[in-house]
Order: sequence, then C-alpha cells, then structure tokens
Amino acid sequence: MKNFKYSVADSLDSAKTALMERSNCRIIGGGTNLIDLMRENIEQPDEIVDVSRLSKQIQQLDDGALRIDAAVKNTELANHPKVRENFPVLSHAIVYGASGQIRNVATVAGNIMQRTRCMYFYDDAAACNKRVPGSGCDAINGINRGHAIFGTSTSCIATHPSDMCIALRILDTKINLESSKGKRTVDFADFHRLPGDTPHLETDLMPGEIITSIDIAHSARGSSTYRKIRDRSSYAFALVSVACILSIKDEIVEDIAIALGGVAHKPWRADILESYLRGTPATEGRFKEAIDREMEAAVGFKHNEFKIELTKRTIFSVLSELKTEENSK
Amino acid sequence: MAQTSTMSITLNVNGSDYPLQIEPRVSLLDALREFIGLTGTKKGCNQGACGACTVLVDGNRINSCLTLAAQYQGVSIQTVEGLAHGGTDSSPSEELHPLQSAFVKHDGFQCGYCTPGQLCSALGMLAEYKNGVPSAVCETVCNQPKLTNEEIRERMSGNLCRCGAYNGIVAAIEEYAGKDFMDNKPATREGAR
Repeated sequence: MKNFKYSVADSLDSAKTALMERSNCRIIGGGTNLIDLMRENIEQPDEIVDVSRLSKQIQQLDDGALRIDAAVKNTELANHPKVRENFPVLSHAIVYGASGQIRNVATVAGNIMQRTRCMYFYDDAAACNKRVPGSGCDAINGINRGHAIFGTSTSCIATHPSDMCIALRILDTKINLESSKGKRTVDFADFHRLPGDTPHLETDLMPGEIITSIDIAHSARGSSTYRKIRDRSSYAFALVSVACILSIKDEIVEDIAIALGGVAHKPWRADILESYLRGTPATEGRFKEAIDREMEAAVGFKHNEFKIELTKRTIFSVLSELKTEENSK
Repeated sequence: MAQTSTMSITLNVNGSDYPLQIEPRVSLLDALREFIGLTGTKKGCNQGACGACTVLVDGNRINSCLTLAAQYQGVSIQTVEGLAHGGTDSSPSEELHPLQSAFVKHDGFQCGYCTPGQLCSALGMLAEYKNGVPSAVCETVCNQPKLTNEEIRERMSGNLCRCGAYNGIVAAIEEYAGKDFMDNKPATREGAR
C-alpha cells in the first residue's frame, strides 16, 4: 500500500474543505472496502480524511421518512427498532451482506459507494475499463460467472456488490449530498450509473461532494422479504438477490416494489414486472408472465447464462412466498 | 503529492496505553503484531475474508486487517491476550477465560491459527445477540430468535477454520453461552484485562 497523509475531520465543513482543496484526497468511513482496494493499489490516494466521527444519528422526519446519517454503521442500522419494525426488508438485506465483523465497521455511505468485486477489476495485470479507462474488459470473454445480465455494455459487465442497496432501491430512498458549493438531494434510483462507455464513473457523486445522509420512506406497503442466492450459505456475494414488498387485497396486486441484486452495475428495479402486475389478479400464471417480460432484456455471457433462469425462479419463489403471507393476513 | 510521514498515535490495548510512531498506512493488525508485539492476533488472508485477525473494539468485533491503526485511537481494544484472567505481559495468565476453557474441552481447534479470532468473534457475536442484532437466518427481524446451532453458525460465518473444527467451535460457544451468557451475565468477563 502506498503511504498517504491521514487526518480526522472534526466537522462536516472541514471534510468538505479538504475534499475541495486537496487533490487526490479520499474520505474514509469504516474503510472495509477502501483499505482493501488501497492494499491492491487500485485506490492510491495521497490523503485520507476520516469522517467516521461525524454525526451518526437515525431520526424520524416530520413526513415519516427516516433520516440515516452517512457514518451510521451497518449493524446499527440493521438493529435500529424503527428499521426493524417499519423497514424489515432493509434489516434483512443488511444482515445478508458481509460478516458480523465487517457490518460493525462498514458505514451506510461506504456501503453505497463500495466498488465491484469483479476479479479483473482487482487484478492489475488484467484489462479493465473501470480501473484504467480505455484498456478493455477481460471479463467479457473471461470467467464471468458472477457478472451482470442487465444493462451491460461492451466496456464493462461488472455488478454492484451491495445487499443493502437492493433494499434501499425499493424504499423510495433519497441521498443527501453536500460540497463546499452547496447541498443537493438525488433519488437513489439515479445515483448509481450503468457502465455505458464510462464504467469508471460509477455514481452521480460530483468531485468535492460527500454523502451526508439518506432518507428512506416507503410508499409500497405489504409483506416484504430479501432473498439471496450465493455459492455458499453465508458470507458470499450474491449470484442473484431479490428485495420485494408485495401487497395483495381481494386477490389483486395492490402494490409491488421489487429490485434485483447481483445482476447489474446498479441495483436493478424490475419496473416492467411491477407495472405488469400492479392492479391485476395475483395468480401464479401472471407472476410467470410478468417475470418473463422483465427478463426479456437479460443477456447472459459464457459463464453466467444460468443467472437468467436462476433469477426467474428466485423472483417466482419470492412472489409466491409473499402471496401466501399476504393471503394469511 | 502531499507530504507523508509517520504520525504519533496511542492505542489502548487490553487496558494498557501504547504510544506508537507509525505510518498512516499501518493496519491495526500490523500495529498490534509488529509494533506492540501482541502476536496472538493472527494474519490470515489480510483482506477480511477469514476472520483470524478479529479483535474487540469497545466490545464490538472487527477485522483488524481492514482498518488503519490511526482510526482506533481513544477506544478500548481487546485482543486474545486480554481474555484470560490475571495475566500480565511478563507473567502469562494462569486462568483461562471460560470460553477458552470450553474451546479446550470441546476440541474447538486443531492447528489453533484461527482460534484467537474465533474467540474474540464469539464474544462479540454473543454481545450482538444479547443486544438484539438480527441475523440472516432469523425468521423475522422483529423478534429475538433462540440462539440455535444454526444461528451460531450463521453469526460466526466471518471466521474460517481450515482444519474444519467447526463442530467443536460451535459446541464450545453453546456451552459457554449456556453457562455464562444465557443467564444474562456479561459476554466478556469483568476484570479480564
């Protein structure tokens, strides 16, 4: 690991100033991803500003949304009474990610900003447009078992590795950002980018900006779950994951929100499936039709073709489980 | 490039302060092993996958390899050396922590390399459980589950044992949890240094 200068931000203002004024400066929360990337020389900052001592509040806003400060640890968020009670799918998704040790250190903002675990991104002997723009992508014709099936490009087929973000994608999440130039709020849906021909640009975060908090709400009500399929039963990244909230009234799909993990460069909202099912009979036949429509856009590669069928079956299993739960209410 | 050099920090480990002059890039794991000389904490993968480097920070388990030592000033760090009762640097402890005794009794190790991490992780895990933290195998995140064999295995999945002593590890944790934990005693012994 290249050496660097380290300082602790005693206020948000000092962190914003450092990011704006100093070149090649990165902020660190828990560091569980950044330190790993620095050890592999993928990230080589000259300076690091530690923001882990800034505010770590979780508070209810007047409109009922929950505001979660950027430095809140994953464990703390998963265990917060209001999250467990009102947003159980978020608690569930978080504890499906990483290990107990990592969840105790990793922050909310760090989880959102974590980078892909594509092995070619990590291997500096491989071509990777994300690591070195214009160098090519060894994953496309390489061992791409864990890679994306939605929204890929000829430049990159990497996935976003987060579990937490898949749940955030169905909770009407907003991300609050600040820089020395001002504040802005972006929809979570617009924060992560598809690779296109600029896979090194992963988010909407502008130079000098810092995530200060996120707000979660949920317009979708009903039964919810997070299902994760992986190569071993614990502590592995998702091959496919599904976060879903489903509400059924009088055998009609009253509302549905569903997002997929492990399949795209960003948390993938299944909009086509949702609009096909919303307001229509909650039958297994229609579930299958909706899934087929959603999956029409999926494209597999040599080693991950199986993900298409796996995703279909996982979604169907989740919808069936939540339907049973709704019908028993 | 910014001027980089060493920095002065103080780490509190097992109740003692250790002033150090280190480069910012030194991990907490390397600070413990190479600068303080507490080699009980082990370096396995050095990337957060194996859990051999697990230590307790204010009672919370963390991977010391995925952290900078500089981030851990002003907190209480506990390593495997701090678990046994009555030990000092010059006089190794005589009385094992009850979880250590349970590991011995149940053959919770073979080569022993992962054991310091397993011990610290188990104590942190039990504190999390006591604090109501849900797990991926809980039926619902709203209710506290029973501490079943399945719960222990899920919650300990960040600690690998290449000898495969998992059955003994789980049995040791179950026995300790039953004796010293489930009756609401603290997860880490009072008075342990």
